Amino acid sequence: MDNVLNQIGIENYIFLSVILFCIGVFGVLYRRNAIIVFMSIEIMLNAVNLLFVAFSTYHQDPQGQIFVFFSMAVAAAEVAVGLAIVVSIFRNLGSIDIDNLKNLKG
Amino acid sequence: MDTNLALVLLLAPFLGFLINVFFGKSLGKSVSGFIGTGTVVVSFVVTLVFFLQINQNGKPIQISLFDWISINGFKVDFGFLLDQLSLLWLMFVTGIGALIHLYSISYMHDDENMHKFFAYLNLFVFFMISLVMGSNLLVMFIGWEGVGLCSYLLIGFWYKNQDYNDAAKKAFIMNRIGDLGLLIGIFILATLFSTLDFAQLKTAILSGTNTNTCWIAAAALALFIGACGKSAQIPLYTWLPDAMAGPTPVSALIHAATMVTAGIFMITRLNFLFGMDIDTMHVVNTIIAVIGAVTALVAATIGLVQNDIKKVLAYSTVSQLGLMFLALGLGAYEVAVFHVITHAFFKACLFLGSGSVIHALHGEQDMRKMGGLKKAMPVTFITMLISSLAISGIFPLAGFWSKDEILMVAYEHNKVLYIIGSIASIMTAFYMFRLMYLTFFKDFRGTEEQKHHLHESPALITFPLIVLAILAAIGGAISLPGNSWLNNYLAPLFAEKAGEAHGLGGEQYMLMGIAMAGALIGIGYAYSKYIKQNQIPEEDSEITGFSKVLYNKYYVDEAYEFLFVKPVNVLSRFFRDYVETAVSGVVFGLAKVTGELGYQGKKLQNGNIGFYLFVFVFGVCAMITYIFLAK
Amino acid sequence: MSTVLLIFCVLAAVSVGTAFMTIFSKNPIHSAIYLVICFFSIGFQYLLMNSQFLFIVHLIVYAGAIMILFLFTVMLMNLNKEDEVHKPRITRWAAVVLFILSCIVLIAIFIQSKPIVGPYDTTGEDYQSIKVLGKILLNEYMVPFEFASVLLLVAMIGAVLLSKKEKS
Repeated sequence: MDNVLNQIGIENYIFLSVILFCIGVFGVLYRRNAIIVFMSIEIMLNAVNLLFVAFSTYHQDPQGQIFVFFSMAVAAAEVAVGLAIVVSIFRNLGSIDIDNLKNLKG
Repeated sequence: MDTNLALVLLLAPFLGFLINVFFGKSLGKSVSGFIGTGTVVVSFVVTLVFFLQINQNGKPIQISLFDWISINGFKVDFGFLLDQLSLLWLMFVTGIGALIHLYSISYMHDDENMHKFFAYLNLFVFFMISLVMGSNLLVMFIGWEGVGLCSYLLIGFWYKNQDYNDAAKKAFIMNRIGDLGLLIGIFILATLFSTLDFAQLKTAILSGTNTNTCWIAAAALALFIGACGKSAQIPLYTWLPDAMAGPTPVSALIHAATMVTAGIFMITRLNFLFGMDIDTMHVVNTIIAVIGAVTALVAATIGLVQNDIKKVLAYSTVSQLGLMFLALGLGAYEVAVFHVITHAFFKACLFLGSGSVIHALHGEQDMRKMGGLKKAMPVTFITMLISSLAISGIFPLAGFWSKDEILMVAYEHNKVLYIIGSIASIMTAFYMFRLMYLTFFKDFRGTEEQKHHLHESPALITFPLIVLAILAAIGGAISLPGNSWLNNYLAPLFAEKAGEAHGLGGEQYMLMGIAMAGALIGIGYAYSKYIKQNQIPEEDSEITGFSKVLYNKYYVDEAYEFLFVKPVNVLSRFFRDYVETAVSGVVFGLAKVTGELGYQGKKLQNGNIGFYLFVFVFGVCAMITYIFLAK
Repeated sequence: MSTVLLIFCVLAAVSVGTAFMTIFSKNPIHSAIYLVICFFSIGFQYLLMNSQFLFIVHLIVYAGAIMILFLFTVMLMNLNKEDEVHKPRITRWAAVVLFILSCIVLIAIFIQSKPIVGPYDTTGEDYQSIKVLGKILLNEYMVPFEFASVLLLVAMIGAVLLSKKEKS
């Protein structure tokens, strides 16, 4: 069976991954809503996972996919805890605008 | 064994100092006084043991405690040298010191800080012992500085009076100026000979391999300046009369018998240096002799008109020290030592006696308000009379022999100096008996209340007076012309001075006669003025003419004030106003700059998460660029 | 243009487009939906590369669990209609600049490293079926596997604790 990458070429995957990652970065910096920021972080994680799987196919090695597996586990844990924190902030401040979280000023 | 004894000698007074400093207040006055006296007596006993030993076998004891400085071939060890000269000095330092401590127990009894007084006195004796016992110039310098410090502490003992504090400061500062000279001398000697040990210096200098005659003479001159400061010669003598602000035992101990003799001690110790037979050293010796003679004369003239009993004695001390330096400058070291010893006896007795008088009159020191104390204070009167006769040089008391030796040596070397010395001696006789007549004869001129309280001083005061008076009377026996125990004793110290023992020829008898006659003329003139013509010195406002100049000490203090004190004050004010503000400005400016930077940097922490994320991403991009792309 | 490449391009376009829409849409619920579509497209990419297990796991974890969490939170906070004040204009422009900058930097690294992209060979044997993955996961990577379980346990406890209501 032929390697898929013969048709696609690994550089395409690299460009796609880079663009998705930068979109995630852009989202983190652009929006004020904490939930949207979180979503952008998920986009970033996904871009990295995609790259790992692509290289796993390139090397014909399952270790990349193992890493993706663990990365997903961590992402899930992170979302759980992060959303709990966002809910706490919402309860205390009434909004989740990240520009309101200025108590560390000085 | 010897080391341990020597350490006991040195450290007993220091132990007394420590006890009195820490426990003196709780021990009470008498106990602290007796502890202070006891430690000095212990030192005296040990000195006596060593003295008898060295008198018998003539071997000096050298003790080295530890290596102190060792740099690049220049080695100084912390050591002590107990030879004939140092033991002789220690004898009268500790002996007279012990007597004065005993005296102070009674004299200072009304003072609330008596334990502090004894602490300082003990500290002084400790430093003086280390000065005398040092085996090299540096250990001696420690003692030198230490006695200067103790002098300051003791002169300003009654610190609540600002004038006394000023006098103490003056003494210390003038001493320091002299010490600068001493240090320069030490530095030059260290550079030239790579050693400061007395024995090694002696071998180095006597070996005659030095060609640096200019520098050696410079070193000697610098050392003499140090001696000037400590022994109150021109131009560094004005501190001594002001130092009379201290309690009388202090004046007796420090400014009559011990500290002021340190300069003479040093020069005698270094006799191999000062006695070198090179032209430049001859110049230095001439300078020493001339300054000694001039100081003797000038101080004697000032003493003629002083009305404070202690000031008269102070100027007398300066004058006698001048005579000793005259002897030193003429190379007669044993004669100077002899005069030091006899002077210590009768001057200490005179000071202690004047203290007894002041004590009886409850602090009155002006002779114009004294008089007729002969009947009320017989012991004081007789002892002071004996000492006055001794200082005037009346046969056969101690002063006659020592002063006569000096005048004889002067006559042999330089007639002019002899004449100056003789005039100073005649004046000495005059003002000493002026003191005696004004204080003890005629009628009492003080207040009625003082008259009722006149009585002889207690035994603790009169006992030292009696001892010292006896010594002043018979002290001349240690060096009679033709049979001088002192000269034989000190002979190992003085290299190859062909012992110019004065034979008792016709010339000597003639000089003795002239000296006696001069003294009797002085005494007679004082008698006629103050007994026959019943004169009393005028009040301060009525003094006119040349007497006024003398009374104001030739305005030397005012000259110093103008020449030195005022410019220094101007300079320090300049420093305070400009230099200090500049330096403070720089230092505070640095602090302000840092503060400003911090304040501006604080603005980076604005708490805005968005901003932090920006910086985060930007920083990551920058790092990646630097690591991967910029190579 | 082979089929595979076409499929890849379509999926890529969908991914990038929905990612942008996630960020730019005003309604958070819409953002969540767009994100789900993005996850789906990426999952199909995995499937394109024949890693079936990861595709399933990706869908279950991301689209199934994580996005549900997001939606629940959005609804809890009633962010349905959001009139959000935008960041200051300069901040938004700075964000764009940084976006472009980071793109350039990352792509520049790749280009500068001049990788030797060799022939894509196949070993022929099966390296990513669930059987192989399971074997490796429980043989070589057993310790991280166990730690991942501990991690999830801790995250669960943490989430419960953090969102407890104060007894006031």
